[in-house]
Amino acid sequence: MEGKQTIMRRSALAAVAAIGSVSLLLAGCSKADDNKDGGKPKAAGANAATKGVVNASDKKGGTVTYEMSDVPDSFDPGNTYYAYMYNLSRLWARPLMTFQPGPGTQGNTLVPDLAASKGVSSDGGKTWTYKLRAGLKFQDGTPITSKDVKYAVERSNFARDVLSLGPNYFQQYLDDPDHYKGPYKDKSAKGLSSIATPDDTTIVFHLNRAFQEFDYLVAAPQTAPVPQAKDDGVDYVKHIVSSGSYQFQSYEEGQKAVLVRNKNWDAKTDPLRKQLPDKIVINLKVNAETIDQDLQSGKATAELTGLGVGSSTQASLLNSADGKASTDNTFGGRLVYAALNTKVKPFDNVACRKAVEYAIDKVSVQTAMGGPVRGEIASTVVPPDITGYEKADQYASADSKGDVAKAKDQLKACGHTTINTNISARSDRQSEVDAATAIISSLKKVGINATLKQYPQGKYFTDYAGVPKFTEKQNIGIMMMQWGADWPSGYGFLQQILNSKAISQSGNTNLSQFANKDVDAKLAEAIANPDVAARNKLYAEIDKTTMDQAVIVPLTYFKVLLYRSPYATNVASSAAWSGQYDYLNIGTTKK
Amino acid sequence: MISYILRRTFAAVILLLVVSAVTFAIFFLLPRLVGQTADQLAQQYIGKSPSKADILAVKHNLGLDQPVYVQYWHFIKGIVAGADYSIGPTTVHCDAPCFGYSFKTHEAVWPQLTSRLPVTLSLAAGAAVLWLLSGVTVGVVSALKPRSLFDRTFMGIALAGVSLPMFFTGQLAILLFVFKWPIFGRDYVPFTENPQQWANTLLPAWCSLALLYSAVYARLTRSGMLETMNEDFIRTARAKGLRERKVVVRHGLRAALTPIITVFGMDLGLLLGGAVITESVFSLPGVGQYAVQGITDNDLPKILGVTLLAAAFVVIANLLVDLLYAAADPRVRLS
Repeated sequence: MEGKQTIMRRSALAAVAAIGSVSLLLAGCSKADDNKDGGKPKAAGANAATKGVVNASDKKGGTVTYEMSDVPDSFDPGNTYYAYMYNLSRLWARPLMTFQPGPGTQGNTLVPDLAASKGVSSDGGKTWTYKLRAGLKFQDGTPITSKDVKYAVERSNFARDVLSLGPNYFQQYLDDPDHYKGPYKDKSAKGLSSIATPDDTTIVFHLNRAFQEFDYLVAAPQTAPVPQAKDDGVDYVKHIVSSGSYQFQSYEEGQKAVLVRNKNWDAKTDPLRKQLPDKIVINLKVNAETIDQDLQSGKATAELTGLGVGSSTQASLLNSADGKASTDNTFGGRLVYAALNTKVKPFDNVACRKAVEYAIDKVSVQTAMGGPVRGEIASTVVPPDITGYEKADQYASADSKGDVAKAKDQLKACGHTTINTNISARSDRQSEVDAATAIISSLKKVGINATLKQYPQGKYFTDYAGVPKFTEKQNIGIMMMQWGADWPSGYGFLQQILNSKAISQSGNTNLSQFANKDVDAKLAEAIANPDVAARNKLYAEIDKTTMDQAVIVPLTYFKVLLYRSPYATNVASSAAWSGQYDYLNIGTTKK
Repeated sequence: MISYILRRTFAAVILLLVVSAVTFAIFFLLPRLVGQTADQLAQQYIGKSPSKADILAVKHNLGLDQPVYVQYWHFIKGIVAGADYSIGPTTVHCDAPCFGYSFKTHEAVWPQLTSRLPVTLSLAAGAAVLWLLSGVTVGVVSALKPRSLFDRTFMGIALAGVSLPMFFTGQLAILLFVFKWPIFGRDYVPFTENPQQWANTLLPAWCSLALLYSAVYARLTRSGMLETMNEDFIRTARAKGLRERKVVVRHGLRAALTPIITVFGMDLGLLLGGAVITESVFSLPGVGQYAVQGITDNDLPKILGVTLLAAAFVVIANLLVDLLYAAADPRVRLS
C-alpha cells in the first residue's frame, strides 16, 4: 500500500514536471513579438548620409534604440572621454557650444547651445565670456544659471581623483594661481577664481595663455550644467539632472539606460534639438554580430560607437545593391600611423627614419587592415576630415607601394645596410597586428629587420609604448598607433602627438618623443592667432615639418562602414563626431 | 552527517581563502614583481595626461599606495565586516560581504554580482535540465541498443555537439531562430516579470549550451550503462522477474550515475560562476558578461569578485555532489 502510494506520488510528480516542462517549452517556442509594421522602407543610397541629411523629418513618436557591444566610460557628462558619449550626452547635458548637425565636414561648424552666442574673447584670447540663453531649466524645473556651468567645469577638471575618466583641458588652460583643490575638497563659496559668474547668465573664463579655439573646448560635455546640491560625485551618474531634451527614466550600470522626454525642456530655448522620439533606449554589451542583425531587422536604430559593422556583415552588405544602399563609408576622424622613435638608435638619424617612410608599402597595410572600406591611404598627419588638412605626399611612390631604391639610398645615407629593431602593436587589435606584420615584410625588402612585440591594449600607453624608458630599453623603434582629434581642428589633433611638452614618462602619446622647437613654436603661435585661415596655414606647415623630420609614417585615414537604418530619420554622418551619425535629432518611423 | 558537512564547510572556507590569496597575488603582486609601479596601475583608471597630484589622489582612493598584504587584509576584512569607501563628497558603506569597489566605475562589486546572478542562474539551470535529460536518455537508449541506428546517429550528434564551439552554435541559433525565423526573442526579462518571454529568450541559449554539454553526459552514461548492464546483479534482477524498466532505471542507471553526478556538479558550479562565452554570444547580462567587462577594463576588483564567486560555486557544488553520492550509491558512507 505504502509502496503503491509512493509510486503514485512519483508518477504525479513526474506528470506535473512533464506538463510544466512542456508548457515552458511551448511558451518558449511561441512566436516572439516582432513588431512588424509593414514593409521595410527603401534605403537612401550608398554614402547618402555623408552628403546630406537622410530622411529629414519632424515626425514625433516611437522608440529610438542604440546598441553597443561594450560599455561607455560613463554617462556622467563630467566623466567621459569617448566621442560617441560627447555626441549622445547632448540629449541630457547641454554644453555651452556644440556642433551643427550636418553631413561630413559641414558638421564641424561650431554653434552656440547653452550659450546664446559664440564666446567673446578679450585680453588677446586669454579671457572668454559667454552669455547663457534666457529661460533655461533643469528637468526638475529649477533655472539653470552660470554657476551650474562653473560647478560642472570645477567637478570635472579639478577632482580627477573622483571623476577620473574625462580630459583635463580646463585644468591645463585655466589660470589657477591658488592651486584650487576642486569642489569636493574646497568647500568655499568662491570656488575656482579664474571662472567668474558676475550674474546668473554670464560666465567668464580667465586662461593662463591665449587660446583662440576655446569655443571648441566649451563644446565638451564638461561645460553642461550640474546643480551642486544634486552632485554626489561618482554616484551622480545614477541620477543625472538633465538640461537637455531627454532625461533618464532608468539606468542599469553596464546594461541599459532609458531616456524619456524632459518636460521642462523648452524648444524656445533650443534651436538645435527637436525632441522627436518618445523614448530612447541604449542597450549595452550586445554581441557585435547581433547588433548588425538588429540594425538590419529594424530592431536597433543605430550602433552607438560609430565603429561600423563587423567584417562578415560588411561583406554581405557590400555584395548586394540593396545592402550597399544602406551604408555610409565615412572617415572616422583618425589617422592610423607608425611612430618612429627618435630616441632609439638608429632612428635618431633622420635618414634612417626616411628609409622607413620610403620602404613601407601602404597598399599592403591598407589590405591588411580590411581594404579601402576600412581606410584610405594616408600621406599627411592631419586627416582630411579635420579643419587644417592640406593635401601633400612627401614620400610619394608609384601606387603608394613603397620605393625600395629610395629607401636603400636613405639607409646608405644614414650609414647602415641593415637595421635590427622592434615594432610594437596592441595584441587585442587584430587589424593593428596585421598592419604591423605587413610593415615588417615591407621593411625586410630594404634590409630593416623588425620583430613584432605585442602588448595588451589597456596597458599600451601606461606600461609599454607610452613609457619612453621602456621603449628605449626594449629597442622599440617603430610603434603602431591610431589617433583621433579631441576637437576637429589642427591643434586638437596635433598638440598631443607632436608637442614636446606632451612627452611624459608614462601614458605618453607623443610616441616618437618628437621635440622640435619649430613645431612647438608654431603650435603656440597658432593657438594664439585669432585668424582661422592663418591658424590652418600653420597646421599645414607643422604637418610638413613633421613629415620632413619623418617621425610619423601616416598609413591610412581610418574609415568606417556604418549601416544606416531605413527607419531612422534625420541621419547625417558628421566629421565632428568621427563620422558617427549626429545623435541629436535621430527619430524613427517605426511604430 | 552534520559533522561531515561542518568539516567540509570549514575546508571550503580555507580553500576559498587560498583561492582569494592566489587571485589577489596574480593581479596585485605579480605586476609589481615584473616592475609595474603603483603609479602605472593607478594611471590606467585616469583619463589622458594626468598630473602627478591626480595620480597620487587616485592611488590613495583605490588603496594602491599601501603594501599588497595590507590591501589583501582590507579585502578580506571587507568580505567579513563590510567596508567604507570615501571617494569624493560622499562616504559609501559597502555591506558585508563587500567584494570591493570597481576601480573604473566606483560601483560596489557584490550588488552587481547579485543583480546579475539570476540571469546566470536561469541560464545554467535551464541548460542543465536539458542536457541532463537529453544526455542521460540518449546514453541509456544507446547503451541498451548498442551499434543500432539510434546509437550511431545520436552518438554522432553528441560528438558534433561537443566539438562545435559555442560562438558557432550560438551565433547560428540566433541567426536562424531569432532573425531568419523570429521564433525566439532576445530581450531577457526576469522570470518574475514575464515567464513566457523569459523562457522564449533563454531557450536558444539553453539548447546551444545543452548541445555542448549533453554530449559528454550521453557518452558517460552510455559507457557506464554498457558496463553495468553486463554485471551479475542485473542478471539477478532480471531472474527475479523485475520489469525491464525497473532493471534499467533502478539497478542499471543508478549504478552508472556516480560519475555523471560528479561531472554534473563541477559543470554546474563552473557555469554558475558565469557562462562567459554563452552570455556574450546571447547578450545576456549575467555574471560572465560582468567578468568579460572586468577583464576588458582591467578592473581588478570585478575580476576578483567573479573568480571568488565561481570558486565558491564549484566548492558548494562539490559538497552537494559528495552528499548525493550517498543517496545514489548505498555503499558510500559519509564519515
